[in-house]
Amino acid sequence: MSALTAGLRRAIPRLNRRRAVPVAATLVVLAAAAVWAARPTTDPWTTEDLRLSGDSVELDARFYLPRDRAGKVPAVLLAHGFGGTKESVRSDAESLAERGYAVLAYTARGFGRSTGQIHLDSPDHEVKDAQRLLDWLATRPEISTDATGDPKVAAVGGSYGGALALMLAGQDQRVDAIVPSITWNDLGQALVPQAAGTSATGVFKKSWAGYFFGNGGAAPLGGAAAALTGGTDAGRGGAMPATDPACGRFAEDVCKAYLQMATGGVPDESTLALLRRSSPASVLDKIKAPTLLIQGAVDTLFPLSEADANAKGIAAAGTPVKVAWFTGGHDGGAGPTSDSDRVKFLTVQWLDHYLKGEGEAPGDDFTFSRVAGFSALDRGLVTNGYSTDAYPGLSGTGSTEITLQGAAQQVANPPNGNPGAISSMPGLTGRLSSVLSGGIALDVPGQHAVFESAPLTTAAEVSGSPTLRLRVASPTGEAVVFVKLYDVDPNGTATLSAGLVAPVRLTGLPAVLDQAQPVTVTLPAVVRQIEAGHTVRVTVATSDQAFLTPAAPAVYTVAVEPALTLPILTGKPIADPSGLWWWALAGVVGVIVLGLLALLLVRRVLHRRRDVTVTEEYADTPLVVNGLRKAYGDGFVAVQEISFTVQRGQVVGLLGPNGAGKTTTLRVLMGLTQPTAGEIFVFGHRLVPGAPILSRVGSLVEGPGFLPHLTGYQNLKAYWHATGRPWADARFDEALEIAGLGDSIHRKTRKYSHGMRQRLAIAQAMLGLPELLVLDEPTDGLDPPQIAEMRRVLQRYATDGRAVLVSSHLLAEVEQTCTHAVVVNKGRIVASGLVDDIVGESPSVQLDVSDVPAATRILEELGVRSVTAEGANGLIVDMNGTPRAEVVASLVGAGIGVDRLVPRRRLEDAFLTLVGDNSRGSGDR
Amino acid sequence: MSAVSTLEAAAGYKASRTLPIWAEVRRQASRRRTQLALGFMVVLPIIVWAAFEFGNSNPGDDEGDGGGSFSSIADLATSSGLNFALFCLAVSAGFLLVVVVALFFGDTVASEASWGSLRYLLAVPVPRARLLGVKLTVAAGYSLLALLLLVGTGLLIGTVRYGWGPLGSTIAAEISPAEGLLRLLGIVAYLAVTLLVVAGLAFLLSVLTDAALGAVGGAVMLWILSSILNQIEALGDLRKILPTHYTEAWRAMLSTPIQADELAKGAISAVVYATLFWGFAFYRFTRKDVTS
Repeated sequence: MSALTAGLRRAIPRLNRRRAVPVAATLVVLAAAAVWAARPTTDPWTTEDLRLSGDSVELDARFYLPRDRAGKVPAVLLAHGFGGTKESVRSDAESLAERGYAVLAYTARGFGRSTGQIHLDSPDHEVKDAQRLLDWLATRPEISTDATGDPKVAAVGGSYGGALALMLAGQDQRVDAIVPSITWNDLGQALVPQAAGTSATGVFKKSWAGYFFGNGGAAPLGGAAAALTGGTDAGRGGAMPATDPACGRFAEDVCKAYLQMATGGVPDESTLALLRRSSPASVLDKIKAPTLLIQGAVDTLFPLSEADANAKGIAAAGTPVKVAWFTGGHDGGAGPTSDSDRVKFLTVQWLDHYLKGEGEAPGDDFTFSRVAGFSALDRGLVTNGYSTDAYPGLSGTGSTEITLQGAAQQVANPPNGNPGAISSMPGLTGRLSSVLSGGIALDVPGQHAVFESAPLTTAAEVSGSPTLRLRVASPTGEAVVFVKLYDVDPNGTATLSAGLVAPVRLTGLPAVLDQAQPVTVTLPAVVRQIEAGHTVRVTVATSDQAFLTPAAPAVYTVAVEPALTLPILTGKPIADPSGLWWWALAGVVGVIVLGLLALLLVRRVLHRRRDVTVTEEYADTPLVVNGLRKAYGDGFVAVQEISFTVQRGQVVGLLGPNGAGKTTTLRVLMGLTQPTAGEIFVFGHRLVPGAPILSRVGSLVEGPGFLPHLTGYQNLKAYWHATGRPWADARFDEALEIAGLGDSIHRKTRKYSHGMRQRLAIAQAMLGLPELLVLDEPTDGLDPPQIAEMRRVLQRYATDGRAVLVSSHLLAEVEQTCTHAVVVNKGRIVASGLVDDIVGESPSVQLDVSDVPAATRILEELGVRSVTAEGANGLIVDMNGTPRAEVVASLVGAGIGVDRLVPRRRLEDAFLTLVGDNSRGSGDR
Repeated sequence: MSAVSTLEAAAGYKASRTLPIWAEVRRQASRRRTQLALGFMVVLPIIVWAAFEFGNSNPGDDEGDGGGSFSSIADLATSSGLNFALFCLAVSAGFLLVVVVALFFGDTVASEASWGSLRYLLAVPVPRARLLGVKLTVAAGYSLLALLLLVGTGLLIGTVRYGWGPLGSTIAAEISPAEGLLRLLGIVAYLAVTLLVVAGLAFLLSVLTDAALGAVGGAVMLWILSSILNQIEALGDLRKILPTHYTEAWRAMLSTPIQADELAKGAISAVVYATLFWGFAFYRFTRKDVTS
């Protein structure tokens, strides 16, 4: 652990002047990025909150205007979903305003801060409110108009707002285009659907109806109400008068209709009439505004069939209609990004053409999407988009027939629908994945009959409403059943696509199946690819928690005719943007490869242009160092100026105290460090880091460096392999002999002593017998006999034209080993030349005698150069050529006892004089 | 010995022949940590197999985690050899492989520096760029070998014990064995690409420091830091530039058809990061004073 922290400490650079610049630059860039990210931005639109008058109600509204507009702009009337407010369409409003439209977003009556009661998009109330808003738009000077009082305006909205757009366009011809999405055609069919081809009333969709009724009913203070489109401020209308607890903000007639319908499950005439009045179905033939219908395939409230009916009705009047499906809806939410982007694009394209007159007319092509799988990162769904030339309706462009197997089965209707099968979970928008993967679908044993096909031999691209024929017998003469289509994979996992079921209420049924007449059941439209090998399972269930089923228990007999028709639609895949990413990847890799090639090319050119001239005058000189200087990044100058030469046959000692700059010099010499100034020539070739001439130099710098897990022998081998030179050139045996490690050569180097490693390192430096050998403190760690041996080896080595450079702080070593010495101190050369020259021919002697004054006198008579007293009994004598034997004989002859005679060399004197008393260097580098 | 030689280099020396790939491969192969890392890649599938065999294997009894795709990979691990290999990959992708790759890349230069052998390589002289290039190539080779050993052993053990069958995944239909093998190789390839980020980071640190452990640990720590940041949803789109943002995208290979979008983005991110890190490593190493 401590190694880790130490390593990290080393990895994290300390701040010094040289590093301060890049660090500061990085900080500046980061700060700039932060400022840019946090900069105050001006929205490209302005907003104005207004209280506008509707048809005898006051409407809470917000008016968005593009900030940069040239002249008048067309307007968009933006209506929200049930339970929402002007806030819930905010992002849509802003994106439209950004596209250059004035947007009037408002809260419908009975919601939020608008006054009034909910009349369910009634032509007499909500639609009239919208007409008043058109009047208001026509008075605004910023809005372009078709005629006086007739603004250029589109109505856009989803669900509750979508139906409003349709009905407004049917009631008011001033609307120039509409984009209704996920909305209904016939509220009666949507809330009380009937999937069988019979006139019997459908089955009440109790959970959706209850969900919305609760939403509007709790209005004045119930903050928990959630809007379809996500708004949650429905309960802020605190100024509302006290309301009927049963009906909340619903108008009395709407409330009554709901209560009636929810009680028995069968709507009466007045309820049906009310639902019909609140349905676009009644005004489709009057719609003249070009209509873009967007419907979701994951929508158990308003399935694809609602948009299909709207499209057919509007097209029948000769009005341009375009349909698009996306994977989402009241159950599925906005769908994956690819889908919401497509819907946004289509909307803008539609408005741009029909409102601004920009862009070509949107064609008749129809786009839809199909689930392709899950996104690995956010676990969301991924869809693929497809397009066809024209809207095919719900029956596809073709069909395939599947044969179902299964005998007639008896199924029980549970009393009061409990326990009930589960198909969808109304109100849980956004749970697209669970809805689609069928995770929540559940059938209750005994309450459903199963009819299954053989595994499909080819995949079926189902798009539209499958149909089948069903026979039911019931002792009560009446039956409510739910027909579901499962996609069953080979593992047996069954998926109910989008949680869609076909509710069927049959009346006038016989008690025995034989007499039952088959009825055609149209299943809800699905978009799904059923893979080859999967089977199709049709389930007929008696209960479903989303619907109101007969309270009385009964046992039905159900049978399905073998033929199941699946509508097939093969679309052209819409260009998938993910392909772009692969191109981007290819581009990135291409750029990197090109950059690399360019770099290599530049390097090659530089390599060719490098200085390969041989300086002739040094061509035969192993080493020339000229004015070398090394200053480190932190300003420390390790080498001030050093110049010296190593000739063939010389053993040169680089002598100096610790920190004198010896090692730095050698480091530069090995190409490990860049010199600040000066140059080095080896055999006339300039030496730069990595220069090939280094291959003629063997080195030991700053101690041995071996792979601890290898033996000494393997280490030498590994080193020689790294040189890439022929094995025969290594002169391995000679090197091993120098190492003198015996059998230890086959032990791992991590077990070596310091001296063994040192000897191995010297052997490594001598591998291949390089012409110049550079050794840094070679005798470090050797015992005296080894030192003596090393001296002999080095002296022998410097024959045959080779040369040796030894650095040392030990005088004796240099004196005994080297022919030449270079004395450095504090980064400068203080002396250089032959060791003998530096030492001098007349070495001095240290004498310990019994009588110092007498000895001094006798010595002076002998004619020595100088006599200096040292200590109590010591004398330093400069012999001046007088043989030592004579001196001793004279002293002894004079009766003076000689305790000791030690030759004293001048190198030490010279050294001490040169470097001064302060042998401490200027730093330990 | 020729008395006078004006050759630019010693006989037989050629810069492009220094530190041959095989020399470096052998240098690393003899190291205990290389052997242990590779050995563990073989041992891990055996441990996993033993855990499934002798553990209280009741895959369906998962603590009700439900939707997590990891649990689904675990549930299916014993269904076929392909699934077993996939499981082995899935359990090691998040951490083990990161550590192993960081080890191979982070250790390579820093350990030479700490042994002191780096300066002798440079004095051979092995050109610095070549030294890095060879080290990088060999580290990449060992990392790939580790990945292949893991998946190969997993595949072998899984196939012997659980049979050769289709690759199952709960988010899509079963994938036929032949296609499944391709998918598995695709996942290995993608993992190899995403691991380039940690490879780049570890290599850069290896060049900057002399402490091998510091380089390996530092790379793993930064990787973990990035992964943690990636968990913080509040960072929004900023997370997309995190080097680890796309590491999980290999799961896209399990859906049919393959959701290639994020794979491509992840590959771009990894390649760019690796290029930056390696580029800086080369820039720094070819200029720095080697003082170790």
